[in-house]
Amino acid sequence: MDAQHSTDAARPVLEAPDIARALTRIAHEIVERAKGADDVVLLGIPTRGVHLARRLADKLEGITGQKMAIGSLDTTMYRDDLRLKPARTLARTEIPASGVDGRLVVLVDDVLFSGRTIRAALDALGDIGRPRAVQLAVLVDRGHRELPIRADYVGKNIPTSLRETVRVQLAEEDGRDTVLLGLKDTAPAGEQ
Amino acid sequence: MMRHLISAADLTRDEAVRILDTAEEMARVADRPIKKLPALRGRTVCNLFFEDSTRTRISFEAAEKRLSADVINFAAKGSSVSKGESLKDTAQTLEAMGVDAVVIRHGASGAPYRLATSGWIDAPVINAGDGTHQHPTQALLDAFTMRRRLVGRDAGIGQDLAGRRITLVGDVLHSRVARSNVDLLHTLGAEVTLVAPPTLVPVGVEAWPCEVSYDLDAVLPKSDAVMMLRVQRERMNAAFFPTEREYSRRYGLDGDRMARMPGHAIVMHPGPMVRGMEITAEVADSDRCTVIEQVANGVSIRMAVLYLLLGGNESDAPNPRTEEK
Repeated sequence: MDAQHSTDAARPVLEAPDIARALTRIAHEIVERAKGADDVVLLGIPTRGVHLARRLADKLEGITGQKMAIGSLDTTMYRDDLRLKPARTLARTEIPASGVDGRLVVLVDDVLFSGRTIRAALDALGDIGRPRAVQLAVLVDRGHRELPIRADYVGKNIPTSLRETVRVQLAEEDGRDTVLLGLKDTAPAGEQ
Repeated sequence: MMRHLISAADLTRDEAVRILDTAEEMARVADRPIKKLPALRGRTVCNLFFEDSTRTRISFEAAEKRLSADVINFAAKGSSVSKGESLKDTAQTLEAMGVDAVVIRHGASGAPYRLATSGWIDAPVINAGDGTHQHPTQALLDAFTMRRRLVGRDAGIGQDLAGRRITLVGDVLHSRVARSNVDLLHTLGAEVTLVAPPTLVPVGVEAWPCEVSYDLDAVLPKSDAVMMLRVQRERMNAAFFPTEREYSRRYGLDGDRMARMPGHAIVMHPGPMVRGMEITAEVADSDRCTVIEQVANGVSIRMAVLYLLLGGNESDAPNPRTEEK
């Protein structure tokens, strides 16, 4: 992706400290709702969801003192638009050795938009095992749902128009932590 | 990604690595309780086998079913082909039935190319072995096996086989596996040496991107992988070499020879093995021999190829919202 091009027109809505605070809050909410984090499995959705899941796991380990089960879940093969575009490169699916059966799975992603990625993730999860419950944590909810899907934990709600793009940048992937709000017309393809 | 897979020589380095990387993800599906992905749901794949092959056909069928495709198996024996129907008529029948991809095995070199380029059929064509010409998915699964063993399973992602020294031993003359492997391994940056009796080296081999040697013992100590090719018993007493024993003595792989290979080196064989002649039981059953792994890897590679050729749609304009969340 052309980072330089998009940052020219995009405006930051969350900076690194905001992202860190949002994740800390989500971690506490998870512990509170799950009454501890004993049976929690964090599954990040590639690419940035995996980094966020890893950061959440660190925070949860800080709070509970326990090692967290963490993995990644690629949704590519389960997408409903798979046939409409050129074949996509697959990302990594890694399920912790303990599996997901009977556990509380928290799916982690950067942006929640149409909800189609999460639908695909739920289908993918169904082929891997049967969790006790599935919850969803996202850094940004930008609205415009096309399916009846709702996040359990939201870092920040950012009401947007469909002409706008929301782009999450994380240090592990992009060299810095920020959430950028831009306009679709000026942004290169490949953004949300 | 290309539209058909006819020859290993058609693949660029990046395309080949992408197939290997995709296969690595596909291999994980085999470890799951539900060994199925919905990627090709509603698509029909026809396995068009004009030549007998159990191993390759079952491997393709397993790959197609794991991707949820509908599978039609067509064997030439007992079909209209034995009544004199041409390849063109068969292809047009499949086209009329709305087949989405054709996997073809044919005794004549070039049949898959003809099928792909003649305009008889619109679907992607995957070559599952044609005459003595090519067997690209076999070469890909061999390269996949080498990358896993020599570079590493996770460490291998995105990597090629640069600098690895691969030796192919045996009946190169009749082997489409050898041709495909030389092409692909060269593309992936490996140094390939063919070792065979002079009578089993094809004319024009000088033009291939590889070395040729007649002395197996000299090549073994500097090989990272040694791939034994099948020698067909039916050719045994033809003029290619004097006797089975003679061949075995000079080109067979036994325990002593294996001991001369570097410690990390692996022994490969496309199967079926002729034990006692091209490979001894001691070598075939050792943990350095990857024959069984190659079979399992074959399914992952074929899943990757089918997914990359069929999983998306190249013709549509790219959607600006490529990552709809």
